[in-house]
Amino acid sequence: MSGVGVLVCVKRVPDSSSEVVLTEDGQGVDGRYAGFTMSPHEECAVELAVQVTAANGGEATVLSLGDADAVEQLRSALAVGCTAATLVVTEPQTFGPADVAKEIAAVVRDHEAQGRSHDLVLLGNDAADSGDFQVGIRLAYELGRPVVNGASVLTVEDGPDGPLVVARSEGPDGVETYRVPLPAVVTIREGGVEPRYPSVPGRMKAKKVAVEERTPAAEPQGPKRVRLLLPPPVPSSVQLLGKGAAAAPAVVDVLEELGVLSR
Amino acid sequence: MILVLVEPDLDGHALEVSLEALTFARNLSAAGGGVPVDAVVVGEVSDELGKELAAYGVRTVHRVNGDGVASFSGAGWASAILTVREAAKSVVVMAAGTDRGNELMAHVAARAGVAMAANVLSFSGLSPFVVTRQVVGGAALEEMKLDERPAVFTLAGHAVAASPAEAPGPADVVTHTPEIAAVDLVARVVSVEEQDAEATGDLTKARVVVGAGRGAGGPDGFKDLLELTELLGASLGVSRVVTSAGWRPHHEQVGQTGSRISPDLYIPCGISGAIQHWAGCSSAKHILAINTDAEAPMVTRATYAVIGDLHEVVPAINAEIRRRRG
Repeated sequence: MSGVGVLVCVKRVPDSSSEVVLTEDGQGVDGRYAGFTMSPHEECAVELAVQVTAANGGEATVLSLGDADAVEQLRSALAVGCTAATLVVTEPQTFGPADVAKEIAAVVRDHEAQGRSHDLVLLGNDAADSGDFQVGIRLAYELGRPVVNGASVLTVEDGPDGPLVVARSEGPDGVETYRVPLPAVVTIREGGVEPRYPSVPGRMKAKKVAVEERTPAAEPQGPKRVRLLLPPPVPSSVQLLGKGAAAAPAVVDVLEELGVLSR
Repeated sequence: MILVLVEPDLDGHALEVSLEALTFARNLSAAGGGVPVDAVVVGEVSDELGKELAAYGVRTVHRVNGDGVASFSGAGWASAILTVREAAKSVVVMAAGTDRGNELMAHVAARAGVAMAANVLSFSGLSPFVVTRQVVGGAALEEMKLDERPAVFTLAGHAVAASPAEAPGPADVVTHTPEIAAVDLVARVVSVEEQDAEATGDLTKARVVVGAGRGAGGPDGFKDLLELTELLGASLGVSRVVTSAGWRPHHEQVGQTGSRISPDLYIPCGISGAIQHWAGCSSAKHILAINTDAEAPMVTRATYAVIGDLHEVVPAINAEIRRRRG
């Protein structure tokens, strides 16, 4: 195989380990206090992009649509083995899932016109913040490509008529296998691969890569968002059963009351 | 007409979340002047499933079969659902927010050129149709306008309790065998391997789940917790910290990027309750938290709590259970 051009799409999202704070206009999550990260599914997508290019040759490009700070997430992907990066610089809250799919498709087409093919486009199954569950699927329709959704492992193999992506995902009846000719789109779910940690030389190298910056190709239609809100706080009504080992009899009383001891 | 995708389980019964989706559709119908609720099922519809759907107020069950839908493909199945939608003139197409439900509704929306709202909890208006859905793993909500037709969305698990219709009628079963275009079958499932019993573990269906987080301390910190699961006939669920560290396999993960559980009792041990984890366990009926930190979100949100180190508390609970059982 003469190499596989992989494009992996990542999103800068607020870290989900602490409390959610909304922006004043109610249009987004304010991540200034919690800090930002990459969606967990996408960390695995980056890992798979790096594995595919390591096994088959080719270039792994990382793409994000976000504000200037999203370059931080691009650098983390570059530090673990992606070799090129593109940032569509814009205010991401004003883009709906269909708009994002159109922008990714525009990048794929422009790069292809420049002779850089993205045979395999990887995305996360759903973003940790907006949870739309649809950008990858909409992208596939924009590009006229097949799409596998929610794969946790994949490889690229030679098929009778050219390269194939072999992807596996957990379905309702067991592990499902897809064999799909490239070019294709695959969305990734966490759980099949362990994202690697960046090495020091990896981080140094990542700093030197020039990030391609673009402006959006089209005016976004916008999300159908009216506003974000926080669920009403539920007052704590916790019943303390005690401290340490001494609480065991009280715990087992509760287990009996709830009927979970009788088996 | 409201069209609801119903997913059968391996025994041919409707998934509980599909019954919840039918219940939600009936509420929506009642608010909208009583438009009928139809179900679409890909594959076989047993007599029992037919009766179950009738009991939930379904007017017509649209059964889709044929070679084109024999194995799963997102695009192929969505094209079949849209064929039914055309025939039945649905203004709403919806599903439960399962992996399949979200995938298929995304295809349906992309093909129809309309928006899709994932994990809806409620609706607040009909013209325009406004829904409230879960974002950030349920830690925040989004009000979203679905002003196009069909309105396409999925329903979050346990947004409503499944309840049969008060005055059900008989449901007709209509079979559709749509032609599926070859291009929609390129990405289809070519084989399915059944999972081993341990890997499935039925975490999502377990009545009791014992949870373990960072407090387990390491890969060897699960002995007492596993004994407690044994004693209670429970399943083990862990936080993302635990799977990321490689202490336990990913299929045991409860959370936004793992399984979503809804047991009668959840016993999280040494889990602080970050959003990522809460997203997967907030549907538990009762929570009994064991944690060293009395201020941890998991403790303040719990029904019951013990403040202490799980390595002291859990062995004492195990001993007490064994003592009472003699």
